[in-house]
Amino acid sequence: MNDKTDVTEIKNLKEFFTLFMSELKPRGGKTIFTPFNVITIPIILVGLIIIVIRFAKGLGAVTNLSQDFPWGLWIGFDVLIGIALAGGAYVLCFIYYILGYEKYHPIVRVVVLNGFLAYSFYAGALILDLGRPWNAFNVLIGNKFGFSSVLFMVAWHFFLYTLSLLFEFAPAIAEWLGLKRAWKTLNAMTLGAVVFGIMLSLGHQGGVGGLFLLAKAKIHPLWYSEFIPLLFVVSSIFAGLSMVIFEGSISSKVFKSRMSAEHHEAHDRIVTSLAKVCAGSMFVYLFLKLLELNHEQTWSLLSTPMGYWYLLEVLGCVAIPSWLFLTGARRRSLGRVKLAAVMTILGVVLNRLNICLIAYKWYAPVRYYPTWMEVVVTLTVVFTELWVYRWIVNRMPVVSDSPDWTQGAH
Amino acid sequence: MERRKFLKVLAGSLSGVACGNAFYPRKLRAEGDHGLTGDELLGVLVDTTLCIGCRSCERACSEINNLPALNFENKSVFEKKRPTSEIQYTVVNRYTTQDGKEIFVKNQCMHCNYPGCASACLVKAMHKIEKGPVNWETNCIGCRYCMVACPFDIPKFEYNSPVPKIQKCNFCWEKKVKKGERPACVEICPTEVMFFGTRREVVEEAQRRIYQEPDKYYHQIYGENEVGGTSWVYIAAAPFEQLGFRTDLGTTPYPKLSKGFLTNIAVIDLVVPALLLGIGYAAKKKNEND
Repeated sequence: MNDKTDVTEIKNLKEFFTLFMSELKPRGGKTIFTPFNVITIPIILVGLIIIVIRFAKGLGAVTNLSQDFPWGLWIGFDVLIGIALAGGAYVLCFIYYILGYEKYHPIVRVVVLNGFLAYSFYAGALILDLGRPWNAFNVLIGNKFGFSSVLFMVAWHFFLYTLSLLFEFAPAIAEWLGLKRAWKTLNAMTLGAVVFGIMLSLGHQGGVGGLFLLAKAKIHPLWYSEFIPLLFVVSSIFAGLSMVIFEGSISSKVFKSRMSAEHHEAHDRIVTSLAKVCAGSMFVYLFLKLLELNHEQTWSLLSTPMGYWYLLEVLGCVAIPSWLFLTGARRRSLGRVKLAAVMTILGVVLNRLNICLIAYKWYAPVRYYPTWMEVVVTLTVVFTELWVYRWIVNRMPVVSDSPDWTQGAH
Repeated sequence: MERRKFLKVLAGSLSGVACGNAFYPRKLRAEGDHGLTGDELLGVLVDTTLCIGCRSCERACSEINNLPALNFENKSVFEKKRPTSEIQYTVVNRYTTQDGKEIFVKNQCMHCNYPGCASACLVKAMHKIEKGPVNWETNCIGCRYCMVACPFDIPKFEYNSPVPKIQKCNFCWEKKVKKGERPACVEICPTEVMFFGTRREVVEEAQRRIYQEPDKYYHQIYGENEVGGTSWVYIAAAPFEQLGFRTDLGTTPYPKLSKGFLTNIAVIDLVVPALLLGIGYAAKKKNEND
């Protein structure tokens, strides 16, 4: 009796292992040693070891965080930058579901999926940074509600938005599993999820900037103003869309075989339209920046070293790419638009790092630099997300057409 | 059919919004606002002109809070400025002023009237108790936002512990003050640098000393108005920027810096869903007519 169960267990284990190994291979591929796998697997494994050390010995064992710099790369990159770059989901949902521009249909799903994965993984990464993560649920269960805290608002908006993204994506899961009745219900809920999603996005995109309102004495006056939340919301629009353009150009190569004809044809047209939205929102951003300079009377600081750094960010990574977006869209030059998208992404990365690390305590004699371990853990989060993304795109109707039985309902 | 569906969604979202916003009104009365009403706040006056740098307050603080013992006789620590730390809730620093005077300054949590750290805390682990002390509870999630929000950089985090706490001066609330005694550092000070009382008495005492000896003191009570006032206030014989104090903090209570934004979020959450549904409905009609 005992032997028998052992045998079946071993057999099951073996089957599980073969299944696991086959899942590691790219769809239809023969080997697991693809360049992507060879790079990401070792980094993920090292990252997991570092995470174990972090929980066993405390944050100090793996990070360079200090009493002067309580927030480092994990907050700066995963949360601030991650959220801004995932902003494409709510902007595109607004354009597609609310304004009703049907031409964006081919990319809505993939963008929502990207948003959902980004939020799930970055929230996950946040747990690594919390000193007392076992208490994280206190925020939700009300072991006490900190109503006066911007972070409380951000946490709730963040949590609910991740849920609403899941609801927006759920029809794709139902199509994959062939759950026709569930699909109908889920499809009917999409508009509600979208409406709430946009509301929650405005709240937490601004809220993430709003966190720094309390750091008035610590952030360089060129970066600190009451406008921070508004600037974060506006920059999330062009940051998110730039990411959509950037990811789109990569996915269209990697997942070529999965892509529907509709998706392929529409791609270039969509990119140039998005470029226009980017250019517009970047003009608004630049105008707000000017207004901020005037409001805070910080013009004279522009001729200091921090001022040059500021100008590099605002002119080099917002003004120039916005011009590239505009001219690229007019001339239908995809190359120019993609260059602009990359520059914009770098600019948003720079802006968020400035606010939370570089212009934060710019006067401190000892600066914060991340350890190699913090970098590896950040890469682990990003790569694991890409793994899950690849797994889903290869199975569910994300870039490919929905099954035929959904057509009648449209 | 479309119309019914639309109404259903509208009703659903509105009720959702109503639930979501049920807890906003309370939030808008920001935490620190109870402040000066009710029981009077306690406070301490630190008269830096009396301090001789003996570090006995550091020792008393370490002992009552069961912190690791250090060599408190060592006077070479004054060579360079020390911040408070997770194992030292209070430190004494020596400053040389522009006209060559040596002045000792004791630092610890200021126990703000409107604490930024408490308004930052998303689980109220950091909170101001009615009598004035700003204290920390173990429901903390360890996000360290209080450290970002504190204008005096007081909360300290135990980076080298898997079960870290936020450490800072607790005004000896549980062990002394609650029982009607004075904080350990106040009690032990051999030169009576510190004067303990209600915050009102403390500020009055500071004013009295400056009025009585106007040539001895620099005419400012640090903490009387800074960031909306603090429970611990200082007087000194030199301008405070020469004594390691930040004099650019302004008088706005810290919770106010984010209060306007919180109100805006509440407005966004109330208005945006209805607005979006309206726009969506209008856009749909337009497309149908096309």
